[in-house]
Amino acid sequence: MMLTPIETASACVLGLLLIVVLAGILHRKQRLLLPVCFSLASAASLLTVVAGGLAVANGLTEQVVMLIGLPDLPFHLRLDPLSGFFLTVIGLLAFFVSIYSIGYVKGFLGRRSVTSLVIFYCLFLAGMFMVVLSDDALIFLISWEVMAAASYFLVVFEDEQVENRRAAFLYMVVAHVGAIAILLSFGVLAGLATGFGSFSGYTFDAMRSAHFPVEWATAAFLLSFFGFAAKAGVVPLHVWLPEAHPVAPSNISALMSGVMLKTAIYGIIRITFDLIRVFPWWWGAIVLIFGLVSAVMGVLYALMQHDLKRLLAYHSVENIGIILIGIGLAMIFTSFKLPLLAALALTAGIYHTLNHAMFKGLLFMGAGAVLHATHERNMEEMGGLIHLMPWTAVLFLIGCISISALPPFNGFVSEWLTFQAFLLSPSLPSPLLKLLIPMGAALLALTGALAAACFVKAFGVTFLGHWRGHHASRVVETGWMMRLGMIMAALTCLLLGVFPTLVIGWMDAVPEQLIGSGLGATAGTFGWMWLTPVAYERASYSGPIVFFGILSVVVAAYLLLHVRPGAIHRAPIWDCGFQKINQRMQYNATSFSMPIRRIFGFLFSVREQVRLSPQTPHRAFPRRIHYYLRVRDRFWGWLYRPVIEASFWVSRKVGRLQQGRIQAYLIYSFVTIIVLLVFLG
Amino acid sequence: MNLSVAANINSFLAALVLLTAFGMLVQRRMYGLIHLFAWQGLFLSVSTAIVGFVAGKHHLYISSLLTLSLKVVLLPYILHVLIHRLRIQKEVETVVNVPLTMLIGIGLVIFSYHLTAPVRELSTLVTRSTLAVALATVMIGLLMMITRRHAVTQIIGFLAMENGLFFAATSATYGMPLVVELGVALDILIAAFIFGIFFFHIHTTFDSLDVEKMARLKESD
Repeated sequence: MMLTPIETASACVLGLLLIVVLAGILHRKQRLLLPVCFSLASAASLLTVVAGGLAVANGLTEQVVMLIGLPDLPFHLRLDPLSGFFLTVIGLLAFFVSIYSIGYVKGFLGRRSVTSLVIFYCLFLAGMFMVVLSDDALIFLISWEVMAAASYFLVVFEDEQVENRRAAFLYMVVAHVGAIAILLSFGVLAGLATGFGSFSGYTFDAMRSAHFPVEWATAAFLLSFFGFAAKAGVVPLHVWLPEAHPVAPSNISALMSGVMLKTAIYGIIRITFDLIRVFPWWWGAIVLIFGLVSAVMGVLYALMQHDLKRLLAYHSVENIGIILIGIGLAMIFTSFKLPLLAALALTAGIYHTLNHAMFKGLLFMGAGAVLHATHERNMEEMGGLIHLMPWTAVLFLIGCISISALPPFNGFVSEWLTFQAFLLSPSLPSPLLKLLIPMGAALLALTGALAAACFVKAFGVTFLGHWRGHHASRVVETGWMMRLGMIMAALTCLLLGVFPTLVIGWMDAVPEQLIGSGLGATAGTFGWMWLTPVAYERASYSGPIVFFGILSVVVAAYLLLHVRPGAIHRAPIWDCGFQKINQRMQYNATSFSMPIRRIFGFLFSVREQVRLSPQTPHRAFPRRIHYYLRVRDRFWGWLYRPVIEASFWVSRKVGRLQQGRIQAYLIYSFVTIIVLLVFLG
Repeated sequence: MNLSVAANINSFLAALVLLTAFGMLVQRRMYGLIHLFAWQGLFLSVSTAIVGFVAGKHHLYISSLLTLSLKVVLLPYILHVLIHRLRIQKEVETVVNVPLTMLIGIGLVIFSYHLTAPVRELSTLVTRSTLAVALATVMIGLLMMITRRHAVTQIIGFLAMENGLFFAATSATYGMPLVVELGVALDILIAAFIFGIFFFHIHTTFDSLDVEKMARLKESD
């Protein structure tokens, strides 16, 4: 019996729920539980990739009304190219990460029970799949909450540390504030679709066929954008990301950063392009502006970090920004009736979604491998790992090149497409856009350059040089399962970068569905060899040629250096005659980012102190120097501190009601009764 | 006994119930309070019996007997024992001074008459004039709970409120169904036992039954 894609996908979700039960049964056999459950989860993820991939490739749209649900309000599922695309993205990374997890989670064995990790991992995956499959507001919100709750428990997995609990709490608060906004947004849409007296507007179909007055549609859009931005980590709602991602187990950070944020992107696309459909251009401008701010701020904050996973978390903010730039441009072009350009910008945005999932997943897996081996998150305490962990180093480097948008890897293609969308845009009839579009292109270029600088730092400080740590650590290369997960992700990065034309041809059903115009015909005019997004005389890129060009240069350089004996010889470093050089005297993360800290210092709250140690006999001969640097997010003080203080203030005022005296409480009820009797009696 | 005589007797008993309610509001001695409570129960019981006789509702006799046994005999006895065991014969302090409490009470009675005026015009029962008194008794019971600081007086206030509710039930609809009344009576009894046990515990923990002292249970910020 052949299953249709949507049945396959639903079966996978069901399978993940069954793994949850299985994990409960195998609770006592932790060593068995781990490989069995994670390999089953990876199989389920792979099947969803097949289902989603088929739905996109064939441009299928299938709907299912489920038998379960609230009374008279059954749940609806739907697999169309858009959800199929996100299903593929989520499933692909989940497949890699599940394989990686078999090796990674072993590190917890003997220290704590991993049953809860497995259970919430599967629930988390199931939640994400359901979010993109759902076709009514109820099941969407339920899946959304399952996803949020499961990821909360995953973040707080190592719950004995205060830091983890605080981060998870912050995550929970932001996620819920966002969820409320999304709920309200759906409320507005459902109410307007069929009138506020009826409940049948909760299906997406009802919303699709409705016409919304522009002011209500704007309210719904702003609410949903706020809600999804909180989940995606758009500046200034990004504060939970750099707290929650570093403390979660690394396989979880890979999933959260790689694909969970993408469900928010999915939500934005679904609501604007599919449910509301007709919107004014300035919605796109809002998305574009937030995307630009997130991209620039994200990368600048990332440069200041020396915690490897926190750095990666800030890069997620940046990449979400880049994706939003693509989507914002697509919205602007759509409302100005430029379907080809809109398709180009949307393709750029969702291509970057796919790419970011792959390379950010790879990078978090690499960071996890480093963490697994060194038990250290601070880059300043690492160094020289390329000799000890060559596999991890090469794979992490591939991730770095991809995220820095350098050819021939995948990051380049999607950022290049975004640039094309900027550069090809005609002059639009709005002064704001005339300013915004060139500036956006410039900012995007700045972001790319800064990201490259940041990853030179991340890779250089972590893997190159000598070990900087205070205490020597026994570092060994990671196991095969972890390597396998990373290798597959790295290969995907390469393939997505070398054969962009095929990928764009595959995902063409998505812009076809949402905008009514595709890129496949123009992009693939010259076959898989050349990518010509709009027309070959405007811009073209050939992944295979660039790849083989670079490969031949690398091979030639390697041969030149290694075939000839004596071409490489190792010698001590020239120490400028200082003679007492030690391993702490290396260029490190703080010194690398110093110039940028000076230039963009006004964006951060920087506190820098240099203090001589108290035993110093004379200022000219310090025995020791203490250097203290603290870089903090300005948004915390600007936006969050006032909100926190206001809520505490309100709570204190309301807390006055709680006197602790029985009489006071009795008076409250007495007065209430009297007032009710007076007014209603 | 004709109806108007019954109505007069009933009104007289209602006045007595209200009087005892005011008495409880101002009585500062613990034993006096319990005696007043017992008297109120007695008036209530007699009134219920008369209503039952006049209206021909025989289940009201059972209610009346229940009231008599519970509120006139058993509960005052339990409270008596409690006070004796805990040695709290001393005078009851009030939060608000007595004249002011009285004035508020009078205000509540007038308010109740004002509230029940529409009901009195519509109703045809013998007991219609006593509904206002019943409502006033409920409110005075609540007022008593608010103005007294001692846990035992608060319980008496609570029981007085229950008396008022019972009175309201008989005067508005000739009493609730028997099952409900049995349930309520049982509830009251159980509540009294639970209060008794709690008082012992509170007394041993705080060395006092002054609810002001319990304010320190509040979570401070």
